[in-house]
This record gives sequence, structure tokens and C-alpha cells, in this order.
Amino acid sequence: MVTATLDASPPAQASEPPSLRRHSMRRDSDAGVSIAPSPATWVVVLAGAGLFFAVPVFALGAFTVRGGQSGGVTLGHWRDLFGGGLGAGAKPLTDGLQNSLLLSFVTVIVMLALLVPAMILVRLHLPRPEKVLEFMCLIPLTIPAVALVVGLAPVFSVVAKVFGSGSWTLAFAYVIVTRPYSYRATQANLVAVYVATLAEAARSLGASWVATIWDVILPNLRRGILAASFISVAVVLGEYTIASLLSRTNLQTALVLVSKRDPYVSNIVVLLSLLLALALLFGLGRVGTQSRRSRS
Amino acid sequence: MTALIASAAMAADPASLGATNGHGRLAEPATVEMVDVVKDYGNSRALSGFSLSMRPGELVALLGPSGCGKTTALRTLAGLTPITTGTIKVDGGAVAHLPTNKRDMGMVFQSYSLFPHMTAIQNVEYGLRMRKVAKDERHDRSAEMLKAVGLDALGHRYAHEPSCGQQQRVALARALVTKPSILILDELLSALDAKVRVELRELIRRIQTELRITTLFVTHDQEEALAIADRVAVMRDGLSQQIGTPEELYSRPTSAFVADFVGLSNRVPGVLSARTITACGTTLALLGEPSKDGPVVALVLPEDVMLVDDGIPAVVLTSSFLGSLRRTTVRLDDGLLLTVQHDVSDPKTPGSRVSVTFSGQPVSALQA
Repeated sequence: MVTATLDASPPAQASEPPSLRRHSMRRDSDAGVSIAPSPATWVVVLAGAGLFFAVPVFALGAFTVRGGQSGGVTLGHWRDLFGGGLGAGAKPLTDGLQNSLLLSFVTVIVMLALLVPAMILVRLHLPRPEKVLEFMCLIPLTIPAVALVVGLAPVFSVVAKVFGSGSWTLAFAYVIVTRPYSYRATQANLVAVYVATLAEAARSLGASWVATIWDVILPNLRRGILAASFISVAVVLGEYTIASLLSRTNLQTALVLVSKRDPYVSNIVVLLSLLLALALLFGLGRVGTQSRRSRS
Repeated sequence: MTALIASAAMAADPASLGATNGHGRLAEPATVEMVDVVKDYGNSRALSGFSLSMRPGELVALLGPSGCGKTTALRTLAGLTPITTGTIKVDGGAVAHLPTNKRDMGMVFQSYSLFPHMTAIQNVEYGLRMRKVAKDERHDRSAEMLKAVGLDALGHRYAHEPSCGQQQRVALARALVTKPSILILDELLSALDAKVRVELRELIRRIQTELRITTLFVTHDQEEALAIADRVAVMRDGLSQQIGTPEELYSRPTSAFVADFVGLSNRVPGVLSARTITACGTTLALLGEPSKDGPVVALVLPEDVMLVDDGIPAVVLTSSFLGSLRRTTVRLDDGLLLTVQHDVSDPKTPGSRVSVTFSGQPVSALQA
């Protein structure tokens, strides 16, 4: 009975010639069914948004090749920076960059070591506290960095006694700051790969819990972990408030320091930082695209 | 596809498909005893004293409606869900305290659960790798098992690349390659289309028979259960209602629930008196447990309704050709609908007048 009904009423469009089908789609659009903007609107919006971001970056780049009061274009400032011409003047910058890279590394390691096992554990065995974990991870988003430092200052006096006052200790604060972003990236991956079922399959094949996590779960969380790491590095490289208020040196505080002495050097480094962040975002985008492709 | 199945059947040589399991010992089909197993989830009871006994090399299907506890029963046997009380024994040894990875069972999940970052052959090898089988041997055995399920050409492809049916075959090969003492199949055919489902269930049955692996198969599809299983356990409310061969369940159900769930039964109103049902002017013996006298609904199988020259008058509504038989739905003059199973050479035209009668076989009944 059902078959007969379906056979008797084939989809109307399938029996129409292509020209008619196009026409009927246009009619739908005219009737207000489609609300997508036209291609021209897209071009205008994207061009406007692109200019909004591109003009300041272009101006920044132009400034770095400007020939001082006399005008003209010169690569002298770039040569000064990379040829070592600034000498001791660039030392705060190199120190700041080194500190920020070390901070990025330590932050990512500590964040992954704390967050990923906790999220896997909650996902596999403790579904009830998942909301609590989510709340704990997202709450730093609601606290301004300045307020965070007020709370962190007494903690860091203890940290300084235990670990010393090296700039790398800022990583403990940065783990908190980067946690919301890391959590979201990892959580999206955890949900997408059905880790509970994969874990059960691995266990039924004789794998211990360690083997299950190492062989099966972590490789499938690679994209989420990479995304979380990229975002954390980007946040750490751009962080200024906490480092400044806790009197530590990182890339951003060094930039402020150097810009007072040589605005060209600081702007070159800002430009390079932006390009690095852009490269990280592109890397993130590629990871996301590959993830979607593999799922499809 | 048919060629693949044929080649799979030829390749499925039990002597070559891993006569030993990963531990190097001879794999013998195991017995399973689940006795009074209870599983509570908070205040909700999923299993209420479930018992099941499986003989070596037997394929038992757990059949029942959604929420009846069949998947919970399967998971408790696999060790994926801890039991509240009861006993689970494999080959006489209690296993309820053992973790899943120590139970030497192979499992195929409804959602395939192939490891997406591995190729098909790496997936199949994984169980052997966990049992520390040498690299060359595990590769050979995995390739052989993939060949047995008709996928020897797809071993290098990533797990998500083959079709759904092929993915399920990889999952089956992965579960079988370790030659587990027990194979557990969790609704593995329900996500497949009808043709692939029939092909795959025949392949499962063939390999399971050849390897003589004791198998527990969970399904909500009665046709599938009856087609594949040595015995079928019909479950309801966390309990096994009846366990028997497909023929026993179909022809001699011990309860109305089993009769209703397993068969494509006609529901005929009648009156029960002294284990005899009077329905449509015919008397029918009551099958199964005694019931309270009074109005009942008799459950009459389509093959127990016959087209005759002189009987209860009816009008043909539809008639379906099913290959070796035909099912015709008729409406009696009082509006009752009946499905009649009859010879394929006797087509009936919708709207034509016919006469029907009951064969007189004992029937189950529900309280009206």
C-alpha cells in the first residue's frame, strides 16, 4: 500500500525539465523562502570587514619601512633588528620572546596534563560532574584579568617561595586563563568521536585502560588537543595584563618597554606577532577542516 | 556483493581462521550461565533476576521490545556494565568480577565502533596486538579474517571509508580474529539496509557455525532472531519470558506476550471458557498458561487462517506476493481484519469475495 502511494506520486521536480526546475526555485526565492544575501552583498560585507582589519595591519607594515623624518622607504629598521644592530637595546625583547615561548610551552603541557585526563575521566565514568567541570573551566571567562591578578597576587607570593620568581611561573596563571578555550576545543572533539563507545570496543578487545587511552582515545583527540594547544599559545603570546601587574617579563611587556625607546622595533615585533597568530589561526582552520573531512 | 559472500564462504576455513586464540591455547566453545542476574540503575531495575544458559557453540538471540533489558543483559555478560546481584559463569568459572579486557570475549557494536585513526587491517590486528601476538602472525591472521568476511581488498583503507555494511564486516572480523570464547553481537544489523542485513546475517551464521563460537546476539527484529539463532530468548521487563528454538517459539508460545511479539498474529475477539475460546463461531483450544474465563483476544497466526469455499464471508483488501507464499488481508462482514497466509498460486483481487476459516490449531489469548 505504501509503495503504491509512493510510486503514484514521484517528486514533482524530478519529472520537470532542468529549465523549469530552475524557474520554480527562483519562484521560491521570490516568494521569500530563501533569506540568503545575494553574492554582491557578500562581496561588499567581506570587503568592508577585510578593509577594517587589513588597513591597520598595512599601516603597521608601512610604518616599519618608513625612513624617519625624511620619509621614503627603507628596510633599515628590519636590518637593525635581525642584523643585531640594536645590540643591548633589543635584549628585553629577546628575553621577553624567550619567556613567552617558555611560558607557552609550560602552559600547554600543564593545561593538557590537567585538563585532558580529567575530561576523559568525566566523559567515560563520571557523567554527572560534567556540568561542574564545564562551569569550573569556563568561569575564568567571566573574571577580568585585573580582578584575577588581585586574587593571584597572594597565591604567587607562595609560588615564588616554592618555585622561585622566574617568569615561567606565570604559566600557573595562564593555565587558568587559557582553560575556557582549551576546554571548548577538547570538549567538541570528545563529543564528536564517541569516546565511550571506542573505549568499550578497545576494552572488549583486551586493552587495558592505559592502552585504551593511549592507543585509541588520545589519537582520536589529536585535533582537539592541537586546537587547544594553538589557542593557548596564541593567548599566552598576547597576554600583557597579568605579566605586567605581577612584574614579570614576557613578549608584550617587553614590547611596551622597547616601544618607548624604539617604536620601529616594537612595531616590527607586533607585526611579526600578528603574522604568527594568523599562522596559528590558519593552522587551526586546517585542523578543523581535516577533522570535518575525516568525519564525513 | 554476492561474489564477495561466495568468496568469503570459500575462504572461511575454520582450520585456518585462527584455531588458537591470542593466548596460543586451543579455543574451545564456552558455556555461559547467567543466574538470577539483577541490575539496578538507581531506582530503576533493568534486569530482574535474568537467567540464561548457553551451550558450547550455540547462537542465542535475545529478542524483545525496546527497554526490555536485552542490551543490559548483553553488557553485563561483556563486563561493560557491573551487575547488582547474581552470577555469571563462563565454562563454570565466575566472571562477574573480571574486567571486560580479561573476559576473552569478542564484541560487535551497533555503531561499528571502528577506530577511525586506523586502517581496516590495523583495526582487526588490534585485539591480537593486545594479546602480544607477533607482528607477522597477527598481520597474516588479520588478512585472513578480512578475507573471510570478503574484505581482503579493503584492508588498507581507513575505517570510515568503506560502506556501512563493509564497516560492520570489519568490526565482525576484528571481534572474531582473536578467536574469543564468546562472541557478543549488539544489534549489529539494525543500521543496515535490508539486502545487506540479510547477506551479513547469513555470513555471521556461516562463520559462527564453522568456528563454533558461543554467540549471544541481541536484536529487536523477530525475523532476524528466528532466522539466525539456534535458540531465542524473548525478554520483557528485565526477565526472560521464554527460551526455545525458533520453531518452538513461533508455534508453541507459552504466553500471549511471546505469541504477540514473535508472530504476525491476527487479533480475534472471543470468549474464553474452560480453556476453550469461541471466536467467529469457531472453537479454538487455548495455548499456554491458564487464563481467566471471559472476553479475550485470541492471537491467530496467518497460517492458521485458511481460504475455503464455505466459511466466514469476507472481502479481500490487499494481497502481497512474498516469493514462496502470499499474504492476503481480508475484512469480515463485522469489520474484523484478518491476514491469511496461503499458496502463491492463488492470487486474490482486492474487492473480491472470499470465505475464511480457522485451522483449529491451539492459540494464545490476551485478556480483553
